[in-house]
Amino acid sequence: MRTIQFDKIVSEVEKLCTTAGTQLPQDVLTALQQAEKKESNASAKKILNQLIENAKLAKLQNIPICQDTGLAVVFVQLGSMVSIQPESKTIIDAVNAGVSSGYEKGYLRKSVVAQPLNNRKNTGTNTPAVIHTQIVGGDKIKITLLAKGGGCENKSQFKMFLPTDSAEKISDWIVNVVASAGADACPPFIVGVGLGGDFEQCCLLSKIALTRNLDSKNSDPFYAQMEKQLLQKINSLNIGPAGMGGDTTALGCLIETAPCHIASLPVAVNIECHAHRHAWVEI
Amino acid sequence: MKKIITPLTDEIVRSLKAGDEVAISGVVYTARDAAHKRLCELIEQDKKLPIPLQGSVIYFVGPTPAPPGKVIGSAGPTTSSRMDNFSPILLAAGLKGMIGKGYRGDAVRESLKKYCAVHFAALGGAGALLSQYIISAEVVAYEDLGTEAIRKLELKDFPAIVAYDSFGNTVFKKVGK
Repeated sequence: MRTIQFDKIVSEVEKLCTTAGTQLPQDVLTALQQAEKKESNASAKKILNQLIENAKLAKLQNIPICQDTGLAVVFVQLGSMVSIQPESKTIIDAVNAGVSSGYEKGYLRKSVVAQPLNNRKNTGTNTPAVIHTQIVGGDKIKITLLAKGGGCENKSQFKMFLPTDSAEKISDWIVNVVASAGADACPPFIVGVGLGGDFEQCCLLSKIALTRNLDSKNSDPFYAQMEKQLLQKINSLNIGPAGMGGDTTALGCLIETAPCHIASLPVAVNIECHAHRHAWVEI
Repeated sequence: MKKIITPLTDEIVRSLKAGDEVAISGVVYTARDAAHKRLCELIEQDKKLPIPLQGSVIYFVGPTPAPPGKVIGSAGPTTSSRMDNFSPILLAAGLKGMIGKGYRGDAVRESLKKYCAVHFAALGGAGALLSQYIISAEVVAYEDLGTEAIRKLELKDFPAIVAYDSFGNTVFKKVGK
């Protein structure tokens, strides 16, 4: 067994929060810069330039890229040979403590209410985080954080298809989901797609897809091709940056899949805005 | 780029056309979902509002906390359509302008025409950049709402685009529902 101190995990999560809040990841910045070069619509080009300028300013002045510093969605891969000290504390406690102090110290917005419907009182700490834990082999902990904004999350959708439905029919629906997100969800988007699994696993896949780098492809050539075709169709919608027209409606489309029931073909689309803040650490 | 100063008058509003780039200066008030709900409840009960509405502009924003040495943190617009149920009530009570991101519904667009008002779009997800055009910020109501409290902001050449004008036109390629 390898012992990892609770405080060490807390401080690493804290750093992930403050870094994600103020520094746009390199893959996203590169995608914005490439899109700006290729964009044929002059006003869209100008908006993309403002987004690049915003990212640079945020990093330079250490202020959040966007005022919606998000719900902290945290994926934990916990090595089976890791023991957390003190034993009274869990990995969940550590992640929540790190999110709470990271959002406070980083002057990030606290955007969590304790109750969804009755008395929506802000918890004041941006916790609880949404935490997905997986036990893996080894003696390390990998923590991936997505600071997920509410505006784009609101436009995400799920649908059960027939197992005999065509890839074309599913693609058309995915493109429609993106079209209906439109200007409200801060395009250009990153589109996370979950195919397969069951009701809840499918939605989770669409979020896991968003943790991949934008320059990555699905390892299966069929889905890699689908990612490419979907991105082309989405970028022909003419929604454009801020929804005011242009060639750049999405910076990427990422698909994750899982086996599913013979009767089912679940599909989930998780919409992510251009302020795509993701960061990870291995302890 | 048209320079405009708040509070807005009919004359200023009528001079604005969908797609115009503007630089907004002067006082605006922040309000998101929770504050809108409270303001509309007060109007319904015929009670006094904590902010003046005549000629005013409301900015849909919940900023991040101000770090030391700054007047405000990151401060970009939130999704306008979530305020669609409330905006017609505020427009009827004298509100002249709003700043947000994304689409507005039919009822809001009708109210913009009826009451000669305007809706501006600021760049969503560019809160760091937009915070540079805010020169003062002060909580004036609903402090218990935290980031959703109503703040009085003073803007200096805040960049926005006329998204929906008072003539029924919009800058968006899709007009929304």
